[in-house]
Amino acid sequence: MATDVGSTTTKARFFGKVDGEWRFLSSGEAPTTVEKPVEDVTMGIRNAVREVEELTGHQIIDYSSRELKFIMPYQGGKKGIDVYVSTSSAGGGLQMLVEGVVKTITAESAQRAALGAGAIVMDVLSVDDGRDTYEKINTLRFLRPDIVLLAGGVDGGTKTHVLEMAEILAMAKPRPRFEIEFRLPVVYAGNKDAREDVKKILEENFDVRITENLRPTIEMERVEPARDTILQLFMEHVMAHAPGYEKLKKLVSTSIMPTPAGEGMMVRRFSELKGVNSIGVGLGGATTNVYSCFDGRFLRTVSANLGMSYSVGNVLKEAGVENAKKWVPFAVSAEEIMSIVYNKMIRPTTIPMTLEDLVIEHALARESIKMAFNHHKYLARELKGLKRERTISDIFEEVKAEETYIDLFRLDYIIGTGGLLSRAPRRNQSMMILTDAFQPVGFTALVQDSVFMMPHLGVLSTIHPEIALEIFEKECLIYLGTVIAGSGRDKVGAEMAKITVEYGDGKKENLTLQFGKIIRLEVPHETEVRVTVSPSRNFNFGAGFGRTVSRAVRGGVVGLVFDGRGRPIYVPEDEKERCRMLLDWYMSMNLYPKEKIEEWRSKL
Amino acid sequence: MKASKESFAYTPGLRITPYTYIRRVRSLPLKGEILVNKGEHVNFDTVVARCCIEGMPHIVKVAELLNIDTEETMRYLLKKKGDPVRRGEVIARYRALFGLINKTVVAEVDGFVENINEITGHVTIREPSKFLELTAYIKGTVDEVIPNEAAVIGTYGAFIQGIIGFAGENFGELRIAVSNPQEALEASMITESDAGKIVVGGSLVTYEALEKASKVKVKGIVVGGAKMEDLEKILKTRIGVAITGRENLDYTLILTEGFGKLPMSEAAFKILKENEGRVAAVNGATQVRAGVLRPEIIIPFEKSKHREEKEELGEGKMKVGSIVRIIRFPYFGAVGKVVELPIELHRIETESPVRVVKVELADGRVVTVPRANVEIIAE
Repeated sequence: MATDVGSTTTKARFFGKVDGEWRFLSSGEAPTTVEKPVEDVTMGIRNAVREVEELTGHQIIDYSSRELKFIMPYQGGKKGIDVYVSTSSAGGGLQMLVEGVVKTITAESAQRAALGAGAIVMDVLSVDDGRDTYEKINTLRFLRPDIVLLAGGVDGGTKTHVLEMAEILAMAKPRPRFEIEFRLPVVYAGNKDAREDVKKILEENFDVRITENLRPTIEMERVEPARDTILQLFMEHVMAHAPGYEKLKKLVSTSIMPTPAGEGMMVRRFSELKGVNSIGVGLGGATTNVYSCFDGRFLRTVSANLGMSYSVGNVLKEAGVENAKKWVPFAVSAEEIMSIVYNKMIRPTTIPMTLEDLVIEHALARESIKMAFNHHKYLARELKGLKRERTISDIFEEVKAEETYIDLFRLDYIIGTGGLLSRAPRRNQSMMILTDAFQPVGFTALVQDSVFMMPHLGVLSTIHPEIALEIFEKECLIYLGTVIAGSGRDKVGAEMAKITVEYGDGKKENLTLQFGKIIRLEVPHETEVRVTVSPSRNFNFGAGFGRTVSRAVRGGVVGLVFDGRGRPIYVPEDEKERCRMLLDWYMSMNLYPKEKIEEWRSKL
Repeated sequence: MKASKESFAYTPGLRITPYTYIRRVRSLPLKGEILVNKGEHVNFDTVVARCCIEGMPHIVKVAELLNIDTEETMRYLLKKKGDPVRRGEVIARYRALFGLINKTVVAEVDGFVENINEITGHVTIREPSKFLELTAYIKGTVDEVIPNEAAVIGTYGAFIQGIIGFAGENFGELRIAVSNPQEALEASMITESDAGKIVVGGSLVTYEALEKASKVKVKGIVVGGAKMEDLEKILKTRIGVAITGRENLDYTLILTEGFGKLPMSEAAFKILKENEGRVAAVNGATQVRAGVLRPEIIIPFEKSKHREEKEELGEGKMKVGSIVRIIRFPYFGAVGKVVELPIELHRIETESPVRVVKVELADGRVVTVPRANVEIIAE
């Protein structure tokens, strides 16, 4: 049994061995109970597990106990379980404050360490962040973090600046989120020569934990020790203060993990196992988490306040109504969009009942992922501060060297998870949402978490990696298909590429992709086909502008999608034209019921 | 089709009750002093607790300003740790070449020297502490005192939760400005005599009415809904997440239903109407996250006629016969009776397979809606 205590819903997933194979058996969901009148997370867990019991007839809860207790170990037949694990993002997850010395050097590395632990970074302060001391103190006084990470200075370098940052922290005395008396934990991961001074400055009011310098030299970033210390503190302090977690801690077979840490672990294992470059996204109720594993480098970012329920108002605020409306193929006023979105924000557990309502949620999902991916790319870049040997060509490419190392042409997989994607009524919808948000180019396979069990499998993999991977491969992943897209722009209707699809049985299909169109072929995952794309000189499908490229690809439940919308995706300015084009795309993608698409078209 | 007798509701219903016992814990943010005793009667504005909030610290980069080595800081300082300083007072001086070079550092605020750091050459001046006073917020009796931390105030009264509010605590006499819960609150309905009062509207409060409320100095507005764009104009900020209570608004605003034109629930309107003329406490603070906090209207009663146990809606159990309200389009606001709770998943218009509830509306129609989209009004 594995549970994820989410900010909105507690999701129970039940796994077991059937005919010698590990399988996902059933799921149950219930509202997370950290609010009145039931301030105890184990109540929500009990309700979710009870749903599994009702659906499977398998007895899991020991009803002789008043407190939640599981029948452990497995008693044979339909009674008992061997292992219980859990992830959690309830109560706002792990909220951290990060301090470094130089914004683009230690502060950035510290931010990566905090994000690596699955934290939400509330603010990043550095000596050169443009705020004067007074402003920094003022900011700190009103934040209520769970943990502070302080870094700065290379080993053996100057201590002054990192001590200055420690001093600011000491003077501002930010208070922890829970309890008056509790001493706020500070993880120090800076210049090792300043350790004693930092302790002296902070220990009166803070619980100071010293760990290895995360930037021992300019050339080296080592975030793991700081990340591990943060995770340990998360268990010791943060979780312990949430209602009912003391009870939950006694129930689990291994440490409770922040949801993004569990989710990220599976993205990483998947990439490593297949030896591919991949990006994962966890679109949650309060946050959007993005993971990337590129050339063996793993990065996790959590975008706080970008989510589909609690934070959906913020998604609209950040993206703007016009950007959200861009994906809606029928006439809708800004006021109507605002009303739907903000009423969802104050009643986050409600779900869309009409297709129009669903389309608007999907529009916001695209914008949320898009913004979270931009945030991710900002941190997915080479270490700053390095003195690099330069050649003439490097100088011309200087701007490029500062950019992200995520090259979409070399991206193999996009993996989607989270309530909205997993629960999308048609898989085609999640494929479209992911495509529109990430705008992949070249050949990219899209995969999705079937019923939202990646966090569960991630935490399970810490004690039973082989079981977690077996279930992940067979039951968790749904291959949506492959998107084949080119970057470039042309007139709507202009020929973009000639495409040949060769099947294993020798059958050949020739297609012409026009700019502004989408062609979808129903090809299952089991079928491998060879796709050859000969683009016009205005488009690049991976081999360069106008150059032919050929790859063996697989389909999926949605199939092969030839995306002729260019990059960035071309969306007409004119409202009617835009709606018409969207309806064409949605029809090609079989995104919503045909009759509904026709109804929207007739009203244009 | 199989059906269950009861189910839990995903959205805990907002509490609306004409008579209950209400307790409010008045907690200090830091340890301090509790000024009342158990059993004492308190009014809305009685100060019940206070604590000392440390002043703002100011870090003065003395060594840098005097252009001296950090370890020399002590030599040129004119103040010791703990010394009081006045704004404009010289706290460090560097003189050289028989006074030809004369540099000084002056304090920019009143306060005292809290810390001198010889490693960084910084001096911290802390502004004087301030007292933070906490009022009772509701009229009632001190039920409990948690020494140095909190006082618990209890009262019998009517209690209504809203869905979202803006600005914090206030109190004032209730005045019903509309004739029914469907009617919008217009500027013309708010008059000079509403100063200090809590004005109750129906389905909507217009932008002009929101502005007029400020001019007239009302203490609060309680209404079914408001348009988001009007709210953003009046609050001068964009709303992103539902964490409110600290807005810079002259009065407390509570929406009982949501954003847009939404008639106030009959139950809430009836209670407010029955208590017109009584003094009520209102608080707009909302936090739609874990540990959910909803805005509230508390109408304390002078004396309890009969003691009644605290009435709670429990865990939100929904049964056949429960009265529920639908809280999402297209039936937003409709009230009805649960007639069936099917166990099997049902495909709704969006094609999502979800657990549903069948609700009989007032006009006799039976609609099938996701269980997630209803809230229980009464069991």
